[in-house]
Amino acid sequence: MSSLLELEDVEARYGPVQALHGVTLEVAEGEIVAVLGANGAGKTTTLRSVSGTVRRSGRISFAGKPLRGGPEAVARAGIAHVPEGRGTFTELTVQENLRLGAYTRRERSLKGDIDRIAHWFPWIHERARQPAGTLSGGEQQMLAVARALMARPRLLLLDEPSLGLAPMIVREIFRIVRELNEREGLTVLVVEQDARIALQTAARAYVLEVGRVAITGTSEELQENESVRRSYLGY
Amino acid sequence: MRLRGLVVPVVSFAVLAVVVAVLPSFVSEFRAQQFAYVAIYLIAIIGLNVLTGYTGQISLGHGAFMAVGGYTSAILMADHGVKDIWTIPLAGLVAGAAGYLFGIPALRLSGLYLALATFAIAVSMPAVIKRFEGFTGGGTGINLFGIPELTASLTPVSVLGKELSFNDWLYYLSWSIALVGYVIAWLLLRGRTGLALRAVRDSETAAQSSGVSLARYKTLAFGVSAAYAGVAGSLFAIATTYVNPDTFPVALSILLLVGVVVGGLGSLAGLVAGAVFIYFLPTWSQAVSKSPGAPSVVSGALLIALMFVLPMGVAGLVERFRLLTRRVYHRSGS
Amino acid sequence: MADFVQQVVAGLASGSIYASLALALVLIHRATGVINFAQGEMATLSTYIAWTLTTNHGWNYWPAFAFTLAVSFLGGAAIHQTVIRPNEKGSLLRVVIVTIGLLILINGLVTLIWGGEVRAVPSPFPSGTTEIAGVAITTQDIGTILVVVATVVVLWLMFQYTKIGLAMRAAAVNPAEARLVGVRVTWMLSLGWGLAAVLGAIAGMLAAPSVFLDPNLMAAILIYAFAAAVLGGIDSPVGAVVGGLTLGVGLNLIGAYVDFVGADLRLPVALLVILVVLLVRPAGIFGREEVRRV
Repeated sequence: MSSLLELEDVEARYGPVQALHGVTLEVAEGEIVAVLGANGAGKTTTLRSVSGTVRRSGRISFAGKPLRGGPEAVARAGIAHVPEGRGTFTELTVQENLRLGAYTRRERSLKGDIDRIAHWFPWIHERARQPAGTLSGGEQQMLAVARALMARPRLLLLDEPSLGLAPMIVREIFRIVRELNEREGLTVLVVEQDARIALQTAARAYVLEVGRVAITGTSEELQENESVRRSYLGY
Repeated sequence: MRLRGLVVPVVSFAVLAVVVAVLPSFVSEFRAQQFAYVAIYLIAIIGLNVLTGYTGQISLGHGAFMAVGGYTSAILMADHGVKDIWTIPLAGLVAGAAGYLFGIPALRLSGLYLALATFAIAVSMPAVIKRFEGFTGGGTGINLFGIPELTASLTPVSVLGKELSFNDWLYYLSWSIALVGYVIAWLLLRGRTGLALRAVRDSETAAQSSGVSLARYKTLAFGVSAAYAGVAGSLFAIATTYVNPDTFPVALSILLLVGVVVGGLGSLAGLVAGAVFIYFLPTWSQAVSKSPGAPSVVSGALLIALMFVLPMGVAGLVERFRLLTRRVYHRSGS
Repeated sequence: MADFVQQVVAGLASGSIYASLALALVLIHRATGVINFAQGEMATLSTYIAWTLTTNHGWNYWPAFAFTLAVSFLGGAAIHQTVIRPNEKGSLLRVVIVTIGLLILINGLVTLIWGGEVRAVPSPFPSGTTEIAGVAITTQDIGTILVVVATVVVLWLMFQYTKIGLAMRAAAVNPAEARLVGVRVTWMLSLGWGLAAVLGAIAGMLAAPSVFLDPNLMAAILIYAFAAAVLGGIDSPVGAVVGGLTLGVGLNLIGAYVDFVGADLRLPVALLVILVVLLVRPAGIFGREEVRRV
């Protein structure tokens, strides 16, 4: 499997505060990789560095080429970022949210795509004309993922999908992510507070502490790791 | 440490006071009159700075408060025989009350809504003045030239043994009030009040949760700034010896806001620079070209350019300078 | 009765003009959070351009109209890119001063180029009246209403059904998320300014035949537009149109039927509307009461 995304010594800052102190990680094509860590460790910032939402330095390459520019350019390169807090356009309808997801694509008709998405999220058709803000938290999270999928991205960046959602819904979302990965080969980099479910879904993971990679390994290795178990898995 | 923070403001104030005191001896009477107007604008800007600079409420209507003050003075002098000096604090009080009263409903407004509301007041002021003809003399206005209540208007007045012509008298009067006004504002803003006001600007929610009574401080800021504008308006009426509905147009309100922005928040140097800027802007613009419309083009372009070059106003420049010198001082000292 | 209908129609016509400019203000406010105090002057400039093309260069009216719209669009977008965008991140105050600076500059520019004289401008619509249901209505009024209605409909279709309209709406409500899906937000905002300039130009060109052309053509109309936008809700396009029409009809009827409000008190009434709405219900008719999330 070739490397799709590579971060080398990436630093990032919010004004005077430095959030990342040199993060190195890689994601191979077709993998699900998780980024774990406590609050403030820099997980969200890592994703933001990739999507260009935060100022960063260091080397980031995507599909062999250096990844530069702001979010608009990154989106056009084939990376879809589902941000923390879902980022749905609450004032726009479900259908409009999906149409926006496909913004970077040139096809005239998106109906085929919406049908494809509806396969994964069956309720989409009946709620198409509803404002996204009227959906429940779980549905909005799924809509956010659906929107990202409309772009047919090569890489999906998922930021804390479990935030504020009931465990059953979280499990459903991760199930869908796993199936998308298995059936369609979607590469996923997921940032997650809930280390348990992240390690159950991902093949490999990185644990960040204070803006640096502290531990890395396969999910099995990390699940066995003493300190990981104590700090992040609770046993 | 506390005392050290006082050195710069006190010194700069003293310097300004000295310059103000001796300037008339060096310049023509015409210039003295011009600088008197600068002082008048300075008074209004000091007040507006309390409102906009500190609580962040944008007012495009302070010319209207100047009008209130100006007309109060004029009416007191012309119809009730009050001596000009005594009308000044009264004008400030009336305008301050008006500002405070406006501040109450204005509590519900913020940002652009407030700007629009105050703009509406400024635009409607001339029409309102015309409507209450009985009071205000309507379109013809009130003429103050030559009336005995106006000090030094016909014969020079003697102050502290010195003979002052009208322009010099006006100059010293305006600047004395401006300097006193600055000190008052400075004292007001240093203590808890200033902290509270700034808290309101930076985050209303946070301020409220810290127990700062939003309503009290916002309306207070409105009242104080309006009072200053009223005093300035009163002096303006005395200076021009005539008021009519067009003496305080919308452009004046806009000009005052420009003065605050150009001057930047807080520093005395900034506010003085702001006052100088807005007084001389028409003159400078006309110096470039007198063709009809050209001065406006120059003024407008200058305003826009200034927002690019000096986003924090002159005060920002002063602050940057101060930081620079402090760094140099520390490096060489330690 | 006929008189009443005539007053209403005339009010709808002037209201359409207010609505057009109010819509421009709302567009810009929704997109960039700014109240463009220079919107009126920009419209005046556009109107002068149209006038100069038809009078000094012999263009026919409608080609000049179209050309002016194109130029206005580019001008509005350019102003956003050069002058507004760099100041967007600064304080609100800075942007207000910039638009005021623009107001002063453009007003002076118009006087400088064309002089301050008041000029009569011919109307594109044939003079005279048409009879509709027994009431005589001027063609000017009908034409004005139709042009504005057509414009509003076209804009609405664009916003609802085109990709770029959707992108503009997304950029306005949620710029950060819009960027994530690849929308070039800054370009969308400039587009918004361009469209606003077009709306302003339409308002100016429709107003000029009745109000006469001089550098202060739009000064009063800007205030009416503010009143309309505030009345309808400063973020609501529907509100701007409804507000404008309501204001136009309302002012006309008050002026005609309420005795002590003569023609010269229309402006203060509009200002009163602004103040009352802002103090009673700042969100306007169609606006949403801002729920402040703590």
